[in-house]
Amino acid sequence: MARGQGAALDRKKLLADPILVTTIVLLITFLTLFILYPLAILLVDSFVGDGSFGLSIFKRIFAMKSFTRAITNTLKVGFVVGILSSLIGLLFAYVEVYVRMNKFVGGLFKVVSMLPVVSPPFVLSLSMIMLFGKAGLITRFLLHIYDNSVYGYWGIVIVQTLTFFPVCYMMLKGLLKNIDPSLEEAARDMGAGRWKVFADVTLPLMLPGLGNAFLVTFIESIADFANPMIIGGSYDTLATTIYLQITGAYDKAGAAAMAVVLLCITLLMFAVQKYYLEAKTAATLTGKASRGRMLIEDRSVKVPLTVFCALVAIFVIMMYICVPIGALFPTWGYKFFPLTGKWFKLVFTRYHGFKAFKDSFVLSLIAAPVTALLSMIISYLVVKRKFKAKGFIEAVSMLAMAVPGTVLGVGYIRGYSGGLFHTGVLQSIYGTGLILIIVFVVRSLPTGTRSGISALRQIDKSIEESAYDMGADSFKVFMTVTLPLIKDSFLSGLVTAFVRSITAISAIILLVTPSFLLITVQINEFAEKGSYSLACAFATILIIITYGAVLLMNLFIKYFGTSRKIKED
Amino acid sequence: MEKIKKGVRLDHISKIYQDPKTGKDFYAVKDTSLTIEPGSFVTLLGPSGCGKTTTLRMIAGFESPDEGEIYLGDEPINELTPNKRDTAMVFQSYALLPHYNVFDNVAYGLKLRKVPKEEIKERVMNILDLVELTGMESRMTNQLSGGQQQRVALARALVIEPSVLLFDEPLSNLDAKLRVSMRTEIRRIQQRVGITAIYVTHDQSEAMALSDQIIVMNKGVVAQMGTPQEIYYHPVNEFVADFIGEANFLKGKLTELQGDKAVLDIHGNPLCVDAREGMEPGKEYTVVLRPEAATLADEGGMPCEVVLSCFMGSYQNYHVMVGDALVKLEEHNPKNKRIYQVGEHCQLVFDPASVHVL
Repeated sequence: MARGQGAALDRKKLLADPILVTTIVLLITFLTLFILYPLAILLVDSFVGDGSFGLSIFKRIFAMKSFTRAITNTLKVGFVVGILSSLIGLLFAYVEVYVRMNKFVGGLFKVVSMLPVVSPPFVLSLSMIMLFGKAGLITRFLLHIYDNSVYGYWGIVIVQTLTFFPVCYMMLKGLLKNIDPSLEEAARDMGAGRWKVFADVTLPLMLPGLGNAFLVTFIESIADFANPMIIGGSYDTLATTIYLQITGAYDKAGAAAMAVVLLCITLLMFAVQKYYLEAKTAATLTGKASRGRMLIEDRSVKVPLTVFCALVAIFVIMMYICVPIGALFPTWGYKFFPLTGKWFKLVFTRYHGFKAFKDSFVLSLIAAPVTALLSMIISYLVVKRKFKAKGFIEAVSMLAMAVPGTVLGVGYIRGYSGGLFHTGVLQSIYGTGLILIIVFVVRSLPTGTRSGISALRQIDKSIEESAYDMGADSFKVFMTVTLPLIKDSFLSGLVTAFVRSITAISAIILLVTPSFLLITVQINEFAEKGSYSLACAFATILIIITYGAVLLMNLFIKYFGTSRKIKED
Repeated sequence: MEKIKKGVRLDHISKIYQDPKTGKDFYAVKDTSLTIEPGSFVTLLGPSGCGKTTTLRMIAGFESPDEGEIYLGDEPINELTPNKRDTAMVFQSYALLPHYNVFDNVAYGLKLRKVPKEEIKERVMNILDLVELTGMESRMTNQLSGGQQQRVALARALVIEPSVLLFDEPLSNLDAKLRVSMRTEIRRIQQRVGITAIYVTHDQSEAMALSDQIIVMNKGVVAQMGTPQEIYYHPVNEFVADFIGEANFLKGKLTELQGDKAVLDIHGNPLCVDAREGMEPGKEYTVVLRPEAATLADEGGMPCEVVLSCFMGSYQNYHVMVGDALVKLEEHNPKNKRIYQVGEHCQLVFDPASVHVL
């Protein structure tokens, strides 16, 4: 049996479509240059960085106490944060799906689910310090504890848990909704109590999903740079250690090797999550709920669950509110009244606020449409087309999801500061806005691609085929059919990319040059210096921008989205 | 505007797929050669997985054949992409563009061909008139019923005046009644336009009602090609006989060969049938007996025992055992006939001329 002719014909048909071919070639070049190459150069650097091929650099870094401690620290934090976040997330999801809630609690839940979308990564660390630190509003002034330290292990764990559990909550909510209520009703019918039903039916069905949520959070946690940086104190994690190794010790080869270690951990987790757990989750929860679920009204269940979740939600919301308020106090921790706008004023007068916002805003505004379009093109190619390099494109764009920002940042430094393979080619982009934009794009690409793929999978393949059959070439099909059909996904991808870019820090902080002032970098700087009021003022404005962008998107989708018209029946 | 009608020719076409479970290659379509005459309505009929849809998609250009060449008229089209082929397909799921209204859906192909606006309008209106959708131009497609959506899909395919119209199980999403009326409609329109049509279905009654020619496919190969009558009355093998309508198979040894008559021994009963060339005494042959071709009587046939007797309205459904062979039959218009009950012994009567020897 020879499949040669069919493959040859497929190839010929593909080549008959020059726009498609060009797109694929450009895409492969982009992915290779800006995702694969920086990671490859890290490997090269860490094996031959000191002139001879070997494990000497790895031996050196593993002999460093600070590094081995950072590994255990990172894993410890990741593990605990992963467990706590998935448990709290599960609780929230369970309450939302199974328990009758009143409007107020329902509203709290909505806010909580929105927060991770709009908030910059380090906001919770800031407010944690301001509420519970040495000069904390709660510790010092309410409880009169004067030596409370939030820095370190518990600080990171609490802040990261509060940051990441909403993601778990949203993930698990989707899964719980897919459990057919009749399964649980059958168990009830056979005499199982509510707890028995949860333990014997719901929980086992959710286990792969919970594992999935755990690993996703685990990866996020160990890749997180901003929170450990601000609230970690002397408790260093891998991300911060790598950062210090390159900015403090100027040990580029060492940093590269460390980055390789961190990358290996996240890749391993990612592989388990992607190829083992995701398949399992899909296998156990394929059913659609046949009909609505009887919500739990039993007060002995309802009251404690709801109260717990409401308290957590209020706590988180309070921490977010603390940031803008913190920016209004004259001196945090000492003088609260009268409220003042002086910090905001200082931001714009002395600290180049306008430039910072302009730089952040413009770079993100350029990166966002590029990211959104790229991810839609990738999704289209992956879901709808058949060609050889498809597997490569899909794998590399998903791989980017598992790459921590810090690792990518080090890779870019090593890969581009001297040009491609230190030859000087492309060196000119190093230190420019272009490389920052590229980093923004690469960092947001996986999320956009993932949502694009799931949106496209829901569109019947024959719709595009029919357009193709009517005489449209790939470009026409994409522009007149695919893109209009996933307009909503495109728009939300646009905003997500914008928000992610403007709040990004981990890779950016390694690559930014003094000619660019970025808000996130400013916040980080002021927070490290202890100027929390200034950091809060910057953060407040950042939150306003991101929240505004999300609001704008929702309005846009509501009035111009395609889905309303199409889904109407 | 009158185009020269074109036929389709498949020359030793094969398509190989990989079984996703075992990873082994297998022939989805194997060494298939077909000639479809210009202007005819041809149905590819077969169970799921028989290769009929793959064949259709190769003609449309969505799949590339691993062996052989496809011709549209006299032109080989293997290397052409679907958008460059002069074919138009009507999809099972209608595949209308959900963000366009009816008019824009139908006009889509014309716009791609850069037809002048005025002409587009005229042609779209004419086609909508043909499929009886006049007045629906500005509806969104999701405001239409399934039958109406299918008409839009048909109009969209017709309006670009392709040489060949391809149908991929277009009626399987409709309910039974609509299916029957839509197939009459499709046949009417095809005959009026005079276009070559290739129609894929697994529904044998649809194939019967629509086609000039039926191509029965099984396991990637063509089992038989012929008019509906040929296929029904003279199936070439058990598969075709069984797939088209209901069939009873009676097996028997050939005992006597006299000129153009042959006598088979069916469970001890002699049956005299038309001899076909190459028959040999002593060999076993299978005869096909259609359920409507036989009836039950007190005498004058083969002895049998009734194992099921069921009133179906327009007919009485019987299952009887002749020896160890089960025979299903339909006694039409049973109102004033004697009804046999389960357990009764009677005789299976049929005209030997109405059976077909495989």
